Amino acid sequence: MTQDRSLSERGTSPAKRAAATPSALAVRAAGVSKVFATKTGDVPALSEVDLEVAAGEFVALIGPSGCGKSTLLRLIADLDQATTGTLEIFGKPAKRARADQDYGIAFQQAGLLPWRTVGANMSLPLELHGTGKAERVARVAELAELVGLTDFIDRYPDQLSGGMQQRVAIARALAARPKLLLMDEPFGALDEMTRERLQTELTRIAAETAAAVVFVTHSIPEAVFLSDRVVVMSPRPGRITDVIDIGLGEHRDEALRESPEFFDRVTAVREALHGSPVTRAGES
Amino acid sequence: MRAVGWSARRQGEVRGWIAAGWGALGVLAVLVLWELYKFIGPAEGVVVFAVQGQAGSGVMILPRTHDRAMPHVWDMVARLFAPTSGGDTPPLWVSVAGAALVTLGIAAIGWLIGVMVGAALGLVMQRWQLLEWGLLPWIVVSQIVPLIAFAPVVNAIGNQIDRGGGTWPQWLSVAVIASYLAFFPVAIGMLRGLASPDRIHLDLMRSYAAGYWPTLLRLRLPAAVPHLLPALRLAAANAVLGAVVAEVSIGMRGGIGRMLIQLAGQASSDPAAPWGPTFGSIALGLIAAGSVALIGLGLANYRRGEAA
Repeated sequence: MTQDRSLSERGTSPAKRAAATPSALAVRAAGVSKVFATKTGDVPALSEVDLEVAAGEFVALIGPSGCGKSTLLRLIADLDQATTGTLEIFGKPAKRARADQDYGIAFQQAGLLPWRTVGANMSLPLELHGTGKAERVARVAELAELVGLTDFIDRYPDQLSGGMQQRVAIARALAARPKLLLMDEPFGALDEMTRERLQTELTRIAAETAAAVVFVTHSIPEAVFLSDRVVVMSPRPGRITDVIDIGLGEHRDEALRESPEFFDRVTAVREALHGSPVTRAGES
Repeated sequence: MRAVGWSARRQGEVRGWIAAGWGALGVLAVLVLWELYKFIGPAEGVVVFAVQGQAGSGVMILPRTHDRAMPHVWDMVARLFAPTSGGDTPPLWVSVAGAALVTLGIAAIGWLIGVMVGAALGLVMQRWQLLEWGLLPWIVVSQIVPLIAFAPVVNAIGNQIDRGGGTWPQWLSVAVIASYLAFFPVAIGMLRGLASPDRIHLDLMRSYAAGYWPTLLRLRLPAAVPHLLPALRLAAANAVLGAVVAEVSIGMRGGIGRMLIQLAGQASSDPAAPWGPTFGSIALGLIAAGSVALIGLGLANYRRGEAA
């Protein structure tokens, strides 16, 4: 069962990750920098970023505005190109990985096409890759089931709430069964209640699909609740200042949000963000 | 859910009737104003700075109201049902309708040519920024050239082709001139519409490794629909206007423009007659713009973004 496989993968210790072959890595960034050329001169957005994300691992990128976390995500997605450094997705250059549809992506705005129904939005990536109609219909039914929108397949995006739209966007990102999911503050525009519900759903979906996830956020509890590791970044220039193992296990539910371990990790991430000495008490 | 949907539709219906009511009221207001001014205005109008003993001098600031200058609205309507030119000739409205159909057909062809040319221009301008820089100023300038100056040139070229062995009927010149006015809004609407998708949608298509054509078909063209529909409607009105003016300036027979000029020439003896083809061309414009609006009904799903 996929759940078992993802369990073992997601539980990978840092030591095992390091020993893994490069192709077992979902993302490998080495010395990645990004400089934006503007009229008033070059603006460094990312500086010497090294990051490895194992297959099936859930990694959150957290940091204040301007720390380059979204830029890093866009580089991984090959929506922008790194100025220096190497970036590999499943052992391939980012451009190749994009062409091969190795990742699915979701943004802060759902970005659904308003003239397409929920089902047609979910099947857009499949259409573009020439998947047959029967197969598309079957896959859309699966996806709708996965994100709990089976009754809404024929609705249009303007008939859905913000949370439902975002679920469609997640389903669309998963349509082509990518092994890597890139998410840029996907719950940032939602109210707290919806946000927590979708977080719980996302941990379930990530486990079911066994996909690696790179998740950009600026919410500390969100990062802790979702991730295996939290990557803390700081601005000017954007760089990684800390990586915190969360180690809260595979199963995440509402009870976890009230547990002492959860608060320990939240504290750890907060201290790392604020730059004061990090207490390692919460880590194993 | 159903109750909400139903009441929303009901609301839309009511709003539609209210809009129609205001429209009718507007038309009525024009008629009332016309008759009111005719009633209270001086028969010979008001002329200021007139020099004594010099006919036609001075500036007329209020028009004449006598029956030759401003026929009664009911006379105009009655004239529609009188014979076109006396005797056994068919009623004026029949002649007007026939002439209007001729012009409508030519305008439709002009509209089609204009839409195709405009769409093609919009497409290439969106595709290659360099072409936008190069073409857009010329497209704007093209609309400044007066139609009256441009029409005889097209006609002359057409005649040369016709004499040189090709076939170039006169109506084709009229259609080409109509298309000259029609292509402009389509080119601009197409350009703006194709460039309208959000950054996030373009990023998404890029993340799917979708090239130019898939992006055009699945994103840019659907997103352009809300920009294109008003452009097509404007193009339809322009095509009618262009066809009427072109008929007049190159002297094509059979259309409503020619009829308008002919009857206006006899206005001193038959003042209500030119109003027949005038109403005809108004109806023509409305029919043209209305038929294009029908296209919009079929594309309602592509306009969902407009409400949000």
